[in-house]
Parts: sequence; C-alpha cells; structure tokens
Amino acid sequence: MKKDIILAGVGGQGILSIAAIIGTAAIESGLHLKQAEVHGMSQRGGDVQSHLRISDKPIHSDLIPNGGADLIISVEPMESLRYIPYLSENGWLITNTKAFVNIPDYPDYGELMKTIKSFPNHIALDADEIAKDIGSPRSMNMVVLGAASTFLDLSYEKLEEGIKIIFGRKGEKIVDANLKAIKAGKEFTKQYK
Amino acid sequence: MKKLLLLGNEAIGQGALDAGLSGAYGYPGTPSTEIIEYIQRNPEAKERDVHRTWSTNEKTALESALGMSYVGKRTIITMKHVGLNVAADAYMNSALTGANGGIIVAVADDPSMHSSQNEQDSRFYAKFALMPAFEPSDQQEAYDMPRLAYEISEKYHLPVMMRLTTRLSHSRAGVLRNSILEENKMHLPEIKDQFMLLPAFARKKYKHLIAVQKDLEMESENSPFNKYIEGTDKSMGIIACGLAYNYLMENYDECNYPILKIGQYPLPKKQIQNIFNECDEILVLEEGMPLVEEMLKGFLGNLKIHGRLDGTLDRDGELNPMKVRKTLGLPKLSSKDIPELVSGRPPALCVGCPHTDSYKALTEAMKEYGKGHVFSDIGCYTLGYLSPHNAIDTCVDMGASISMAIGASDAGFFPAIATIGDSTFGHSGITGLLDAVIQKSNIVIVILDNDITAMTGMQDSQVNGKIEQICEGVGVEKEHIRIINPLSRYHEENVKVFKEEIAYTGVSVVIPRRPCIHVFAKRKK
Ligand SMILES: Cc1ncc(C[n+]2csc(CCOP(=O)(O)OP(=O)(O)O)c2C)c(N)n1
Ligand code: SF4
Repeated sequence: MKKDIILAGVGGQGILSIAAIIGTAAIESGLHLKQAEVHGMSQRGGDVQSHLRISDKPIHSDLIPNGGADLIISVEPMESLRYIPYLSENGWLITNTKAFVNIPDYPDYGELMKTIKSFPNHIALDADEIAKDIGSPRSMNMVVLGAASTFLDLSYEKLEEGIKIIFGRKGEKIVDANLKAIKAGKEFTKQYK
Repeated sequence: MKKLLLLGNEAIGQGALDAGLSGAYGYPGTPSTEIIEYIQRNPEAKERDVHRTWSTNEKTALESALGMSYVGKRTIITMKHVGLNVAADAYMNSALTGANGGIIVAVADDPSMHSSQNEQDSRFYAKFALMPAFEPSDQQEAYDMPRLAYEISEKYHLPVMMRLTTRLSHSRAGVLRNSILEENKMHLPEIKDQFMLLPAFARKKYKHLIAVQKDLEMESENSPFNKYIEGTDKSMGIIACGLAYNYLMENYDECNYPILKIGQYPLPKKQIQNIFNECDEILVLEEGMPLVEEMLKGFLGNLKIHGRLDGTLDRDGELNPMKVRKTLGLPKLSSKDIPELVSGRPPALCVGCPHTDSYKALTEAMKEYGKGHVFSDIGCYTLGYLSPHNAIDTCVDMGASISMAIGASDAGFFPAIATIGDSTFGHSGITGLLDAVIQKSNIVIVILDNDITAMTGMQDSQVNGKIEQICEGVGVEKEHIRIINPLSRYHEENVKVFKEEIAYTGVSVVIPRRPCIHVFAKRKK
C-alpha cells in the first residue's frame, strides 16, 4: 500500500490539521509516514502545501516527485491546480469550490471550475457551505478530509480516532463538530461517485 | 514501543532531552524554531526543570550555553543559518575553549530561501571552526544523533554542530525513543585554563584543536551515520550527504551504483578514498553548497568529480527527487503543467495587522519627500514593501535598518527613516541606536511594537514592556520618544506625530504600539 498526497490551501485555512489527522491515523494503523509542511513566511496568507506520504514500506524522500501524487486534496479551488504537476496519471483531484480571494488577479471563477472539471478524476464540493449547513462552520477542512476519506486506504474509524486525538485538547464540542464535518464530506463523495 | 510522530526539529529536541539535556537556548528563526518550542512545551522537560528560554539573539544564546557547559551540563543552542553569522564570534572561539558539558549547536539552513534572505551552508562554518558536525537524513537520525554528539563533545571537549535543512526540520515521521540518560552533575572543567583565551593559552588550544582532527576523522570512519553501500555498477559512485541520501534512494530501484552516505563530519577519508578508487566517476549529492564536491575536486578540478560545481546539478536551490532523478539519467515521470490561469499568491500582511496602519500614517507623512527614504528590517513588517503598501525600501539583516539610516544621514540624506520590529530591535537594534545617539544622527527610528515575534510564529519578545526605558537609557531625549496607536481612527494624529519627528533634527523614536491580531489567540492556548 502506498498513498502520496499533496495537501493544498492558503495559510490559515487548516491544511496542517488535515495532515495531522491523516498522519495520526496512519501511525495508529502501523503504517510508515512522512509529512513535509510549510512554516514561516508563507503562512501569512500565501499559498501553502504539504506533502504527505503513507506506505506499508519505509519511505525515503520527504517530497513527492512530479507525476507521483495519488491525490491532491485542496481546501481552495485555485490552489488545487497549482500542484497539478505532482498529480499522477490516474490520480484524483479533490477540492473545495469556495474561492479564497485575497489577490487582485484571481482568475475568472467560471473558467477555474471548468478547468477543475476537465480532470476526469475530480471531486469538487462547496465545503464551506456544507460545514455551515451542518452547524460546524469552522470545520470546512474536515469536510474536505471527509470527501477524500474513501481514497486514503485508511479505515474511517482510524480517521475519527485521529480527530479525537488531535482536537481532544480543545474539548468535546469541537471534537463533535469535526466528527460531524468529516462525516458530511464522506456522504458527499458517496453520492457523487 | 510506539513511535512518536515528530518533525525533524522536534526529534532533535526529544533526542537532546533523552540524552541528558540540562539547558536549551536559541533565537527564533525559520526553519529552526520548533526545536526550542518543542522543549518548552514538553512535560518531561517541565518536570525535570530543564532550562528552556529564548535569548535576545543568537550570540547571547551561544554564550549562555557556553556558561552552562562550563559548569558541566549538557546544552543545545538553536538558530537559523543567518543566526550563526550573528553568533559567529562566540562560535569560532568556542572551538578553542571547547566544551565541558556537551554542547550541540543546532543550525537549520534554508536552501531555496523559503523564509530567508539568503541561502548559506552551515557546514562551511563547522569546517572553518574545525568542529565535528552531524547531518541527519531522517527524523530517526535527528533523534539518535544528539546522543553521539554529546558523547563526542565531551570526549574531545569540543562543541558539535548539528546541521539541518528546511525539508527535514519541517517534515514529520515516526520516531522510536531510546532510554533516557541522566543529566550531568555540576562540575567545573578539570583543566583550570580551559575557558581562558589569553593569546598564550589560545595558541596552545589551537594546536590541540588541529591535533585532534585525526581522531575526529577516525570517529567519522567508525560512525553509524556514515555508511558504505555496495553496488554492482561501478561506472559511477555516489556520495550522498544528509537529506540528499533520501532523494537518491527514492530513485535507487532503477540503478545500482555504490553509495557512500555521509551523516558525520569531518569527512571519513578512508571511505572516500575507497569509493574514489572503486568507481570511474563520482557524483556528489549535497543539500546546500558544494562543500564536499569542492574538497574532493580541489582547486585544479578533478574531472572525475561531478555535482553542483560542474553543472551536473543546479548550483543553487534545494534538491528534490526530480533533480536527482534527472542527474541519474533516469526518464522523467509524466506530469502536466500548472494550468495557465493559476496566479501567484504571495504572503501578505494579515487583514487588521497593526503594521498596515503604521505604514499608512508613515507613508502619508513622507509623501512630500518622494520615494526611497525608509530603511527597514526583517519581520512581518518587511511585507510592507509589497503593494498596496509600498512603504519601505530595504531589508538586509537584522538591525541594519537603524545603522543604514545613520549612514545615509551621514551622507546628508534627509529624511532618513528606520522601521524595525520590537524583537528585531532587541536582537540587534540597540547597538545601532547607541551609535545614532552618540553622533546625534538626524534620523527617525520607528519601532513597530506588536508585542511579539510574529514572523516566526509568536515567540515572546525580549524587550516587551521595556522599549521606552531602553531608548531613554541609551540616551534618546524623552520628548522625542513618541508612542502612537496604529488604528485608522488615529490616522491624522499619527501622521502629525511622524511629521513632527521628521522635522526635529536629531534622534527621534516613534513607537506604534498595538498587538499583532494573533497575540490573543496565542496567549489563550
Ligand atoms: C540573524 C537572524 N535571526 C533570526 C532571523 C529570523 N527572523 C526573521 S524576522 C524575525 C523577528 C521578527 O520579529 P519582530 O521584529 O518583532 O517583527 P514582527 O514579525 O513581529 O513584525 C526573526 C526572528 C533572521 N532573519 N535573522
Ligand atoms: S502575524 Fe501579526 S504582525 Fe504578522 S502580518 Fe499578521 S497581524 Fe501583522
């Protein structure tokens, strides 16, 4: 088993929590893991990405090679496309459709969605909207993780366990909100497929 | 035993703690910051009462660690690559005093300059100082190395460098813990003059430092971190240092060259000789600058050695699996280009950032003088160079804003403004301020006090609550230390304050004071 995943978004959107939960679930499942993330300068509203590699064999490089990623999981639509060079031929693009516009030259939204939909293997969902609907407006990132959950080759229970471990410190309410969000994302993909 | 999921930086912190650490010092700087942060929040460190504080700058950090080593305890000092320039005086001299309790100087380099103003390779400093150095290739080695590093440090009475690069510092993997060593008991150096560098003593110590190089080389020959891996295809041998080893192994299924993996310096001469004799050509893979390649190639350039110097690999920037793949002559994996409509998303000041309002007021006050007058420094506020702010003109090294404004003003340039963050002011602005006061420079120094060291992720600022007293103590006239509140509702007043201080001939300090918008959330944690 081997999954190479690019996580993408804008600084502050919570991709490191997604990484931490998948990472915890992988370790709890006895798998090898490497996860390279971005700290510092780029976190100030700039583009951020994380390379996440899971395997049942030892992993060498902390970085995924171009053309090697099984999945791109993005919490922002334009950011999902920035990492296309990493996607393997049969890889999946899973992205939130809610644009985060903090630059003057953000592309035309219609064109952007058209480009995303031109990839045969894609899942596009308005995770902000779904998070709001279920009453967990701050858990957009977990909705996206939920949408990707069936592609990870990790058991759903382990991901839930990851959420409990990572958010446990912040109290039961936050854990529940995030559990609800990941479930909503998973449901979306089930119907979409 | 269960694995801990740790960043490379955290693995070093845990490794040092488990190897009997008594004190950690450092100054924040990406990508090194998480070493101290990890030790600070570690419950076992708390229970053991391991000393773990930020210092005012990298030099004071290294000197404090020397003091702790003097009384026999094990310490670690952490910094980013440019921090070692600041600590260089203490660092070079610490190679002569050596260590009593073990010393690890952990330096994180940032090839490709993800969050830095230059890329430098700290291994050159280790070689320069004749100090042993360790370069982990993965998180487990980052955890394991401190133990051997302390052993060597105490055996040879020498500080030891641990050199990291961004990708390892900020990448997580599972790490297995070892047993926990006791901390050293307090004890003074056995040799009374060990830390006395009067020339007569220093000359002796330098001879000694040179003499132990052979022993250090032998340690490298026998190190578990230097490894010769046989290969059948002798047309090329590969020397892979630190992280470069992983990028090689990522592609290794498809070739079979002998490999020499390097994780401990000075270079193991016999092993190098061995791969050199055995293989037709030698490829050197190293993250950072071509240190090993240059040593092997020599001044006249042995044509058998390849790497960054002869263009086999890019001269600058970090390595990755693709670059190494290409160098090995393996076919490219198929991949698509970034769709054209994707635009850049550079980092920016947060919405509501106090620096934005400070810059708005300053820029308006400066309108009549035209462009090019604002010397700035390093921190979040450096982003004020970008649109829409366009508020500053320079960024060189920490503290340079004040001293450069002095120089420009000395040349008759008016007005000369310096903008500097609170943490940067403490780090190396105060000495510049003293110069300004002594020669009565006609400059305005704007100390952007947002309560914290924001750029590197919210560490406490050493000068917090003391800025006015420091300025007064250094000799700035009280009437010309002005505190303003950078909020848009005070904009007009703030512009007026800037204008008044620009008009004053002499040293003025304006302190826009409002916490970074993330301070509250951070303190609540
Ligand atoms: C010698 C050196 N050490 C550390 C750093 C990393 N660094 C960059 S900016 C900064 C401090 C910024 O704090 P402050 O001046 O308070 O400005 P803020 O980011 O809070 O606006 C640090 C530690 C560096 N660039 N150079
Ligand atoms: S982190 Fe704080 S200081 Fe830095 S840009 Fe954001 S608000 Fe400003």
